[in-house]
Amino acid sequence: MPAALRTARTGGMLALAVVIALLPLALANNYFYDVAVLVGLNAIVCIGLNLLIGYAGQISLGHAGFFGLGAYGSAILTARYGWPPLASLAAATAGVALLAWLVGRPILRLRGHYLAMATLGLGVIIAIVISNEDQLTGGPDGMSVPPLALFGHALTGEKAWYWVVGALLLLAVWLALNLVESPGGRALRALHGSETAAEVVGIDSVRQKVMVFVLSAVFAAFAGGLTAYYSGFITPGRANFLHSIELVTMVVFGGLASTFGAVVGAAVLTTLPQLLAVLKDYEMVVFGAVMMLTMIFMPKGFVPTLTARFAPGERK
Amino acid sequence: MSLLRVEALSKEFGGVHAVQALQFEIPAQGVYSIIGPNGAGKTTLLNLLTGVYRPSAGRIWFDDKELTGRAPHHYAAAGVGRTFQNLQIFFNMSALENVMVGRYLHERCGLVAALLRFPSLARAERACRAEALQLLEFVGLAGYARAASDSMPYGALKRLEIARALAARPRLLLLDEPAAGLNPTETQEIVRLIERLAARGITTVLVEHNMKLVMGVSDHVLVLDYGRKLAEGSAESVRRDPKVIEAYLGSEAQAHA
Repeated sequence: MPAALRTARTGGMLALAVVIALLPLALANNYFYDVAVLVGLNAIVCIGLNLLIGYAGQISLGHAGFFGLGAYGSAILTARYGWPPLASLAAATAGVALLAWLVGRPILRLRGHYLAMATLGLGVIIAIVISNEDQLTGGPDGMSVPPLALFGHALTGEKAWYWVVGALLLLAVWLALNLVESPGGRALRALHGSETAAEVVGIDSVRQKVMVFVLSAVFAAFAGGLTAYYSGFITPGRANFLHSIELVTMVVFGGLASTFGAVVGAAVLTTLPQLLAVLKDYEMVVFGAVMMLTMIFMPKGFVPTLTARFAPGERK
Repeated sequence: MSLLRVEALSKEFGGVHAVQALQFEIPAQGVYSIIGPNGAGKTTLLNLLTGVYRPSAGRIWFDDKELTGRAPHHYAAAGVGRTFQNLQIFFNMSALENVMVGRYLHERCGLVAALLRFPSLARAERACRAEALQLLEFVGLAGYARAASDSMPYGALKRLEIARALAARPRLLLLDEPAAGLNPTETQEIVRLIERLAARGITTVLVEHNMKLVMGVSDHVLVLDYGRKLAEGSAESVRRDPKVIEAYLGSEAQAHA
């Protein structure tokens, strides 16, 4: 195998592109396409969240809040104010970036459990605001969202969305891989390794943490906005604490500090509940069980564990 | 001309005076050693001199710029580098990447350039990698470049910390017990390394227990006891100082001397 193909950036990207290109052969009907689109959208959120949790080592239990704000921001601007969908999506994402930056500066000085509690609080506040502002958001009943229009064409149908989301997923993976292999990305991993040592070589830890927090919030908000346009209907459930836990579970199961792990985690944990639809209200039990079993049997997560098994000693 | 100047520096931890009213200057050339019995406040002092601790009182100047109370990364940006007595390795990275992190201050870290991997960034990355490799070679770790840092032996990790600190191109390098836990051969390698640092024009501050090592390489020695300055001067004058002998060997030794 040529050496270039064995690096994560080229080899992994190529493999993912092949999977996305060939998967439709196995997608028998629109329902399967629908699941695949949801996998892709969740994977984009998880790639961003993994930059924060997996690489920089900072927990967030409130990312569903950013997802929800992206979704509702896009939906409200389009449905209530008549903005073009792409402009709404961009504005909502930028708004979330600003919020994450404002909130990030004080709370990212906290560590460990304190940061977990602070992000949890943030997520809860966002979910409650979305639920209560029923004039704008439709409250607990949710609201319907007009379709995404691209250059005058409405993007509808699972198949069309599949290709758009597939391309965006590849883009998200590429961006994340690039960041990780850059001076700034190394600084993030250094913070995870030893914050004191990172500071001593000149890394402004708060600044770096805020940067990755904002970036991960942008991934979440963008995917949230797309999800709103894709589904055509959103409810506050997507912004609540349980959804934050689902996202963290995907990242942890797939593998911390593994971009492809985040994709695999999103794929498995988006598909699994569909297969176990009979469980209905017990769906969250699956996430709890997966989280516990991952911690016990493969604390490094699915992809890193497999990589270690099949390519021992292969580390850059 | 002094590179680093400290005035009335004190640090208290809940009533314990770890460092008390210290006053000294580190000259811009040579090896400056800080010695003292266990608990004398040596590591506390290093933490103060790199911004890891904020002083309770007193002021710190580096190159005539006051750094008192600033965060560690400001000290690093000013040109102060250090290693740790208890290793602070980025165990989630390879040896080479550890050193590459050390280059952080000299890299362009723009988010957009990084996300889109501009060609200029890819070139800078190759240069960064090459320089990190050279530094690994300089400290004698060329063979470990691709090794995962958590699989490296203790002695190698000590030198990896030095390589990482050097990558930031410090003007002042503080080494916290670089020979602690090393065998005599490894200690000799560290001594040679310190001499080569001096030859590179990097002012080195050495905190050490190993007296033989200190006396051999130091141009200037500061002796601490209970957080206070006990003596200061050339290695030879400090060695003969009765107060130093007392602190190290107890007052009886002085009586016999």
